[in-house]
Amino acid sequence: MRSSSPTLRAALVAAYVVGTGALVAAVPRSLPAFLLFMASMLLVYRLEVPPRFRAAAVFAILVVIMPVVGTSNTFYLEVATQVGIFVALALGLNIVVGLAGLLDLGYVAFYAVGAYAWAIFGSPQALKIWPAATAIFPLPGWWFFPFLLVAVALAALTGVLLGLPVLRVRGDYLAIVTLGFGEVIRVLANNLDKPVNITNGPIGITPVGRPPLFFAPVVARLGVSTEPAFLYPLYFYFLVMVIVLVVILVTQRFKDSHIGRAWEAIREDEAAAVAMGIPLVPMKLLAFAAGASFAGAMGALFGAKQLFINPESFTFMESIGVLAMVILGGMGSIPGAILGASAVTILNLQVLKQLSLTLNAWKSAGVSILGFNLADLPTQLEPAKYERMVFGVILIAMMIFRQQGILPSARRRMEIEEARAAAAEQVVTGGSS
Amino acid sequence: MAGLLVVQGLTKRFGGLVAVNALDLVVAEHAIHSVIGPNGAGKTTLFNCVTGFYQPEEGRILFRGEPIEGLRPDRICRLGITRTYQNIRLFANMTARQNVLLGQHVHLRSTWVGAIVASRFTRQEELQAHREAERLLAFVGLRGKGGVLARNLPYGDQRRLEVARALATRPVFLLLDEPTAGMNPRETHDMMDFIRRLRDDLGITIGLIEHQMRVVMTISDRVTVLDYGTKISEGTPREVQGDPRVIEAYLGSRRASGGDR
Repeated sequence: MRSSSPTLRAALVAAYVVGTGALVAAVPRSLPAFLLFMASMLLVYRLEVPPRFRAAAVFAILVVIMPVVGTSNTFYLEVATQVGIFVALALGLNIVVGLAGLLDLGYVAFYAVGAYAWAIFGSPQALKIWPAATAIFPLPGWWFFPFLLVAVALAALTGVLLGLPVLRVRGDYLAIVTLGFGEVIRVLANNLDKPVNITNGPIGITPVGRPPLFFAPVVARLGVSTEPAFLYPLYFYFLVMVIVLVVILVTQRFKDSHIGRAWEAIREDEAAAVAMGIPLVPMKLLAFAAGASFAGAMGALFGAKQLFINPESFTFMESIGVLAMVILGGMGSIPGAILGASAVTILNLQVLKQLSLTLNAWKSAGVSILGFNLADLPTQLEPAKYERMVFGVILIAMMIFRQQGILPSARRRMEIEEARAAAAEQVVTGGSS
Repeated sequence: MAGLLVVQGLTKRFGGLVAVNALDLVVAEHAIHSVIGPNGAGKTTLFNCVTGFYQPEEGRILFRGEPIEGLRPDRICRLGITRTYQNIRLFANMTARQNVLLGQHVHLRSTWVGAIVASRFTRQEELQAHREAERLLAFVGLRGKGGVLARNLPYGDQRRLEVARALATRPVFLLLDEPTAGMNPRETHDMMDFIRRLRDDLGITIGLIEHQMRVVMTISDRVTVLDYGTKISEGTPREVQGDPRVIEAYLGSRRASGGDR
């Protein structure tokens, strides 16, 4: 592959993208087809093709093929949207954990802050706080867009507020404090229905307002259905993609800047970083705020997309899930976080569910493997129920066989390659004294 | 003599142990000022107090006439005092170039907003910083090694890189903690030349902790001898060398520790 020309590789990628795209369109229910299609993103990233072609291929996959496929099977669009949400979350946490080296186990709290920010004001819930303000609340749908910024600002502010007292503690202690903080936010959401009903407690808030379909007239002219049930999934898909794009851009810019360097230095050796003039507290707060702001934006969007939020969406397991995505992909690596989020989300939403379905189908059909009749399997054995276990096994395997993650950052990759080269050299020279 | 750095009555305790005891010290501008003494004499503790890592219990530290005791290390670095470490403390998983770029952080004016929008100012400043990094790498003899991870550099190069990183902060006063530790005679000789160049070409005042007497006696303008946190002698290398208290401290400490080696 390496010896072939860029044009050939480009043609190959194009053929693969079009081929799998057609495959998914032809067999919209086939999971393997969808996975093959999703893998095209990886292929585009890994193969050395001209940057312009790469951009064009990504555009074709995400902006053309995916929505088209999604209209025939809206579940795929839902999966892609969820993937996008988790990509943004993973990228945010990646800044805090991967770049600045601050282990945050309560990251989902910022997601919750963003979600509640819009959910409260974009739904009749606000009337329970100010019953007289019927003229103002619930805010009309277009307020969703300003509230994206409000959510970003609120989440960032929460990040700073959490950071201020917490940043004196390091390492394990920081992890424990953030864990506690995550729980505090969830418990607050659960209990702030008395004496003033702010969050509506465990019942949650519904219906959360949605941004208006302001483009409906244009779409109608193009001859596409303006049915909200049809348009909203597409709408949210594109919104998520736009936010993810911004998030990737911001992360990349941070990473390449003096700020990213300062974060990495803090992660490498905090004392030496301070000795080189890096002001610890502002830099750590910036990492917390930046990471939190991504989660805030996605939280607001999540509420609008689901129409409903309650504290159950913001549990500790969610934080751990996002952390696992970052670790799986490769800490500090942007492509890694994207891949980790995609892989885990698809695994959870699709692969395990599909396995359950297939297994059940086999069971009822009485298929036997190596003389063992699958119908005799206990009914509890259902892959979808073992989501966390599969997850755990994957993480353990990763830590044993590929600590750097699937797509480690260039720096990590270099580190490991150089170490390997040094080891090889030592073997060749018979080992130095 | 006003002195670039003036230490007055500095005391640092760790529990019952007095690491530095009522120390007075004046480092003249453009001097190479060595601090020597047996192991545990309080040399590194003194460095740590000057660079803000330890808060001294008593005493004052004046840098260019301004008190700096109690300031955070990053503030002190900004004022122009930078250090290297006895056991090299590079950002091991960052490249040589990134290490030097990091050292320039205090002089970068870009904000986080500039970083996000990649403003023209930020881009130009970054470009300038990269040029400066290459220049500094070349200055310490690491030309062409900017892309190598710090941890993968040979030992001698790591020492040089640590100096390059320190120089990137544009120090007025550079503290070198055993810069020739673990070096062979050839490398040691190069390092001595290099330290002189820092002073002569860049006008940096040097504070030096060193165990190799040959190095100390050759390049120092002034030597301070510590023992058990107390200054027992001070003067030119020749004066210190002939001081009976110094001989006593060195030989005495050997006797006390059971005649090691």
